[in-house]
Amino acid sequence: MIVDQPKYKTSEEVDFVIIGSGAAGGILAKELSTNGFRVVVLEQGPYLTPADFTHDEIKVLQEDLLTNKPKLQPNTFRKTPADKAVRQRVLAYGCCVGGTSVHFTANFWRFHEIDFIERSKVGAVPGSTLADWPITYADLEPYYTKVEWEIGVSGLAGASPFDPPRSKPYPMPPLPVKSSGVIFERAARKLGWHPYPAPMAILSRPRPGRSACVNCGFCLGFGCEVGAKSSSLAAAIPAAEKTGRCEIRPNSYVFRIELDSRGRAIGAAYFDEHKNTHLQRAKAVVCCANGAETPRLLLLSANKLFPDGLANSSGYVGKNLMLNSGGVISGLFDEPLNDYKGYAVSRVLHDFYELDHEKVGFYGGGGLDARFDFTPIGFAVSGPFGGLPPDTPRWGKGFKDAIAHNFTRTMEVFCHGTSLPVADNSFDIDPDVKDAWGLPALRMTYKDHPDDLKLSNWLFDRGHELFDAAGAKKHWGYPAAEQQFAVHLLGTCRMGKDPKTSVINADHQTHDVKNLFLCDGSSLVTSGRGQPTMTIMALAFRAADRITALAKRGDLV
Amino acid sequence: MFRDSNRRQFLLQSVTGFSAVWISAQWPALVEAAEHGRLEAQSAAQKRLEFFSPAEAIEIDAISSRVIPTDETPGAHEAGVVYFIDRALTTFAADAQAIFRDGLPELQARVAEVFPQIAKFSGATPEQQDQILRSFDKQAPKRAVRAFRPSPGAENFFETLRTFTIAAFLLDPDTRGNPEGIGWKLIGREREHVFQPPFGYYDKDYPGWQPPATQEAEKDGAKK
Repeated sequence: MIVDQPKYKTSEEVDFVIIGSGAAGGILAKELSTNGFRVVVLEQGPYLTPADFTHDEIKVLQEDLLTNKPKLQPNTFRKTPADKAVRQRVLAYGCCVGGTSVHFTANFWRFHEIDFIERSKVGAVPGSTLADWPITYADLEPYYTKVEWEIGVSGLAGASPFDPPRSKPYPMPPLPVKSSGVIFERAARKLGWHPYPAPMAILSRPRPGRSACVNCGFCLGFGCEVGAKSSSLAAAIPAAEKTGRCEIRPNSYVFRIELDSRGRAIGAAYFDEHKNTHLQRAKAVVCCANGAETPRLLLLSANKLFPDGLANSSGYVGKNLMLNSGGVISGLFDEPLNDYKGYAVSRVLHDFYELDHEKVGFYGGGGLDARFDFTPIGFAVSGPFGGLPPDTPRWGKGFKDAIAHNFTRTMEVFCHGTSLPVADNSFDIDPDVKDAWGLPALRMTYKDHPDDLKLSNWLFDRGHELFDAAGAKKHWGYPAAEQQFAVHLLGTCRMGKDPKTSVINADHQTHDVKNLFLCDGSSLVTSGRGQPTMTIMALAFRAADRITALAKRGDLV
Repeated sequence: MFRDSNRRQFLLQSVTGFSAVWISAQWPALVEAAEHGRLEAQSAAQKRLEFFSPAEAIEIDAISSRVIPTDETPGAHEAGVVYFIDRALTTFAADAQAIFRDGLPELQARVAEVFPQIAKFSGATPEQQDQILRSFDKQAPKRAVRAFRPSPGAENFFETLRTFTIAAFLLDPDTRGNPEGIGWKLIGREREHVFQPPFGYYDKDYPGWQPPATQEAEKDGAKK
């Protein structure tokens, strides 16, 4: 954080107000301010720096140092619109400058060509609103490359025979392999599969002001103290601030996007940290609040022109939520892997990215990766859903012996796959429950499409095969269960050509409000095969180019 | 002090082992100062009780010592788990105070029910203590043979105490965990926060990534 960023008055009309500073908001802040625009970023969370980060699992994971706080912002859940929602935590997202990119695992592969055109290729899927994107992989390819070089992504081009074409290699080599990666690679090759070094948004070589990864082992869930993780906070916000045109305003909780009588956005109304309200005026609004909070904010911004929610003439705001399917198989080995050292994932395979639907009997595709993303308490405390085999005693000598032996000898195969868009699966606002600011709480409605569960179980079988081939002493997992908790928040304001079945166009401009743009996980039309942040960042770079072009043509005023 | 030298080692290794440009100039000093202050305060407060009475602390210590017992290696008792829980209940886990206040007497009532001759949990033998605790553990593979009156307060208390004990035992010793690092030593988690490959047994002789010989030939035929 530099201290001499501008302090715009709320009454002063800046060029852009950006809501949210995460994977998309941070990139847009950097790009738009670099392109000469005056930008205010409103971030609901605090501005934490590496000095605030810690390996205290309780503070970070239980007290939500970096994430949304359910006591202040409660959620509700129901499976279908016919059910009454009950209060429960439904999601975790980054709630600090940098958003979820601060604490994510940093898996960073690109979507493939198929993800953009799958509806055309496989046809309609019963019970799903599966659709093609209005853009193709080729449209996004230069921006994937831009992400890799600008923020710093490590990987090995050409290592996977299934990878989509690329215009440039990675800017830096893969991170060092872990024991889990070696076990995975050897076993997968025995089975005729094609493991490759995982592309990660973590530096394998230092960059100015940022260290290469020091392999501390506190990656998933934690902020990186050395700036090696290529979060918006480490890799984009500093450049935005350096322009002298971008103000990052933390602790600013936006509750409404205001329109004038002509139906043009005039700015964002927000609570400051003392719960005083302000309206930041801007020529255009770019909402990057994530796939849950963006639709919630649009629904909270209903007005006379848009009684069902801002930019919601399609009725698709909040709909088609996708979480990605998948799950975990764990395996135990004779010798220490010490996989707690280092980042999470060193090998991945995408042999199953495009499954033959006729052959397997369901729609979908995915992959497997080798990982260990447990921290010590998380490994031991969660019983069968932690790192220990299901027959381990939960306390006493048997428990103590198990944690002593297994912590260094365990790894996971993580299965990641598609979610089909289903119209009823959604984020909206609860009619009864309010948050600490008196705003309607976020409500999640979700029931996995049956094909998503079939795919997960199919991938689990591959995970068990892999552990058999690896000679694991023991391996275990659980059948896929319906999801009630979200971290990938995708599809809820989807991009499309048809204003009747999408919320934004290919320029991220809402069909209904010309100077209102949405860019985050909500923009995605399909879910990919898991790990969406790379695509969200690529979309943000592309959106910045499109928005800049529109603004320079004078189309936004 | 070991902890401080450990932290210094972290910083020193990081700077010398990688690159001089790796980090913004101000943070190492800031982190070290904050860490030092916090750890000093932690040491002073280590053995002071604020929530439990001394008699209650003896019971909590006895129960948590069955969750992670002392055998040939130290357990919850040696890790000072009871003091961590005491601090937790007056700070970040104050919400759980009622669970402990209500649950402990309920658990003691079960002691009298199972072993009428024993006045309190800490007075039972380890085997008797395990028998008492198994009667609360709904998720244990084998339930106690004898059926008891339902005791949801004590069950909740034991489950919460189990969680707190494990958390106290395994929390990073350089933050709020037990300063001797007893839990991390047990599970084989080295105390450092900077590591270099090779990390474990299976990657130590890894020759480096090579494309499989047949990969190129398979490229077109491999898609499923």
